[in-house]
Order: sequence, then structure tokens, then C-alpha cells
Amino acid sequence: MPTFEKTREAPAAGVGTATIFLSAVVLIPLGTVLWKGTAQGPAAFWDAITAPDACAALRLTVAASVVVALVNLVMGTLIAWVLVRDPFPGRGLIDLLIDLPFALPTIVAGLVLLALYGTDSPVGITLAYTRAGVVVALLFVTLPFVVRTVQPVLLELDGEMEQAAASLGAGSWTIFRRIILPNLLPAMLAGTALAFTRSMAEFGSTVLISGNVPFKTQVAAVHVFGQIESDNTAAAAAVSTTLLMVSLLVLVTIDLVHRWGARRG
Amino acid sequence: MARYALRCAVLVYLLFLLILPVALISWRTFGEGIGSFVGALTTHSALHAFRVTLVVAGWAGALNTVFGVLAALLLVRHRFPGKRLLGILIDLPLAVSPVVAGLALILVYGRFAPVGGWLEDRGIQIVFSTPGMVLATVFVCLPLVVRAIVPALEEMGDEQEQAARTLGAGGWQTFRRITVPGIRAALGYGIVLSLARALGEYGAVAVVSGRTVDQTQTLTLFVEERFQNFDAHASYAAALALAAIAVTSLLVTRLLRPEDGS
Repeated sequence: MPTFEKTREAPAAGVGTATIFLSAVVLIPLGTVLWKGTAQGPAAFWDAITAPDACAALRLTVAASVVVALVNLVMGTLIAWVLVRDPFPGRGLIDLLIDLPFALPTIVAGLVLLALYGTDSPVGITLAYTRAGVVVALLFVTLPFVVRTVQPVLLELDGEMEQAAASLGAGSWTIFRRIILPNLLPAMLAGTALAFTRSMAEFGSTVLISGNVPFKTQVAAVHVFGQIESDNTAAAAAVSTTLLMVSLLVLVTIDLVHRWGARRG
Repeated sequence: MARYALRCAVLVYLLFLLILPVALISWRTFGEGIGSFVGALTTHSALHAFRVTLVVAGWAGALNTVFGVLAALLLVRHRFPGKRLLGILIDLPLAVSPVVAGLALILVYGRFAPVGGWLEDRGIQIVFSTPGMVLATVFVCLPLVVRAIVPALEEMGDEQEQAARTLGAGGWQTFRRITVPGIRAALGYGIVLSLARALGEYGAVAVVSGRTVDQTQTLTLFVEERFQNFDAHASYAAALALAAIAVTSLLVTRLLRPEDGS
């Protein structure tokens, strides 16, 4: 009669298969990027990422991602708020549409934006080949992050605290600032951080609308792509390493925010 | 009053960011009639791109499903050294740019890389060929199946599996008769999510495929190539076909999604 424990010792074949698969697909390739990016020493790495075009692309990517993260922080929270607290007709449809940017291929996202904001824009707004166009493309693909992290927290939020505050004479702004915002903040920040990492990494949606103009609208991923195409893999690896570092940093931050949120909750 | 102002702000934002662009491209594509839409999608190149996309997404979906179930079972039901590391590595692809993923695969499996060169000598080409595109797609979809079924496995618990084992069922039988039916909805959700992502992948595939028309061109690459060659109609038609797949997968995942409180 075998005895059962809560978690069993893993079968070696299973762990082995998973390890080999992960190593072949993720670990060894990404490790090679880091190695290739830094193998020629810190000076060469620094030269590669401060080359004028690489530096311009990285700067634009960070700046655009910060703007995108901040807009998402405000608009995402607002959208989640309206979807949870304001039962207007058609709310279900809007709720469904929010996920569309995740489902839509990124190149299609770029194409639809270019159709509306291209050179023959039917609404008279031309954003093609501008930095504003890049930001709009990034806003499109990151739309669901904050909405989908804030929404469940808002749904769970107990109305009694707000009623108590209101009965004690607090105005709606005070209730929002003192009761609702502190509860939502961890989720808002986590969603914003996800939107930021996604923006830093984004490629497909910005290819068409940015027009890929170096020093002006070329984001880091598109720059890396160009370097690969011209067989300059060492430079591509250096910029990629920088992107990987930033993503890792943000992931660690998200983890810390989660823990902070859990401790407060 | 404030409520209406908020509602309007949200609706205007979504109108200009999401609804108008998607509606406009549908209108422009179908503006020339359904016949020309079908015509643009049944050219030789378009059909070839469809086939390549299905082959790549099919293989990637199958590999990710097998790996996803295995990894999720290991993570939830077993203990082993390096378990946390495995969890982190599985999530990593979500944070990596698709272009960086493509570069990573080229650096290992490209013709002039050690592993790629060794395989090339044995007649196996990875980069600029279907296996490379499958690898790239597996990379970007890696976390989806695992993340979908881990919560389902946790919620299900292992009492039923233990009962089956005490009654004499073997490992495979327990898995097939107890575990799989228990996580069916979550598994379906993960597979649809990962297939949709695979069909729509652009960046990683663009890097490793070499983008050769009629050979390694997937549907997303077809959209870009047609657009750059001023064939906007074919580009819009293919984009709309991809969008239709996306919307379908969205509706299916809505139906399959494990209870999310709504």
C-alpha cells in the first residue's frame, strides 16, 4: 500500500524533458544573446548601445513607454471604473472589445491604425511617421493591461466602506482619494508596469506606422531588427541585452508590488 | 453629471483608439465587394501563406500543449529542485521582445552558429525554414497553456487522482480519466489562446523566417509585404481574415474562461 503525500517527488523523466525543452527554446538562446551582447567587454557593449542610432532608438523607446504607461494608468483605471460602476447599455460589448488588442495580430493593429491615421486620414489626423503615431500604436496594444488588472479588484471592493465614509460626511472626491484609490493602487501599478514592459518590447504594431525613420521614429525593437537584417548581430545583441535587462528589472518590481499588495490586503 | 463625463471620456478614447480603426479597415475591404475580398485571399501567394501559417501554428500549438500540461503538472503536483526557476523561465517569454526572441534563436540555430551549423551538416535546416518558425512561435506562446491550467489543477486538488490510484489505476490511466476531464475547460482556454497567438505572431517569425515569398511567408508576413508593395487591398483582406480569427478566438475564450467572477 503506497502512502501519498501532498506533493510527490517528481519523476526524473518529466523534469528532464521539461528542462531540455526549456533549455533548447528559451534558456540557451536568451543566454546566447546576453553572452554575445557582452562578450567583447563592457567598453564594447557601452559603445554599441551609445552608437547614435541605437541610443536614439533606446531613448525614444523608453520615453514613449513612460508616456504610454502614464496614459494607461489614468485611462485604464477610468475604463475599468466605468465598466464596473456605470451600467450603461452596450457595456458588455465594450467589455468584450477591451481584449481585442491582445487577440489581434500586432501587424494588423499597426495596419488598422495606419488606415485611420495615415496620410489620407478620413478624420483629418495624420500620425504616420511621427512619434505620436508610435505612441498611439503602443497605446493600442497595451490597452487591456491596466483595465484587466484593476477591474477584478474594483469588483471585489466592498461598497460598505464607501457608504460608511459617505455617511460620515466625506465628499465623493475624498472617498475616492482615501478609500478607493489606496485599494486599487497595487493593481494599477502592476498593470502599468506590464504595459511599460510590453511597450519596451513592442515591434509589430510600430513597424508600419513609424515608417522606421532612424533618429526620429525608430523604436529599439525595430532598430534590432534592422541590425539583424544587415548581419550586425553583435550590435543587435547589445541593444537586446539592454531591453532584456529593463524587462527583468520591471518584472522584479512587479513581483515586489504584488507582495506589497498582498501584505496590505 | 460626473458619471456621464467619465463615460463619454472612456467611450471617445476607445472610439478613436480601437473602434474606428478596426471598423474603417472592414469598411474599406468590403467596400469593393465580397467577391474582391475572396479574390484577394485566394491568390497563389495568399493561399500559400495560409498553409504555412496553419502548419507553423499547428506544430507550435501541439508542442506547447504537451509541454504546457507536463510543466503545469510538475509545478502543481510535484516537488523538485529548481522548481521556482522553472516557473520564472516559463513566464520569461512574455517580457521578451519578439525580435529579441528571433535573434536569440538565430544566434543558436542559425547556419553559422555552433548548433545550427552542426544540424546543417546533417541536412537539417532550422533558421529560414519551418522548424525555426515553429521554434519562434513556441517561444512566444510558451507561458499561455501552462498559466491557463495551473489554477485549474490547483483548484481541483489531487484527492480524486489519489482515489483513482488507490483503486489500482496506473499513472497514464489516472491522467486520462481523471486529470484531463477535470481541467478540460482550462486546457481548451489555454490551447485556443496559444493558437490565436501563434496564428498572429509577427516579430519573431519575421526574424527567423527570412521572409521568402511563397516559401516561408506566413499570413502576418503577407500582410506586411503586400502593404509595402502598395497592394493595400490584398493586405487589408488578409488583415481582416486574421482579425476574424482573432475575434472568433476571443469569443471562444470568453465561453471557455474559468469562472472569473463576472
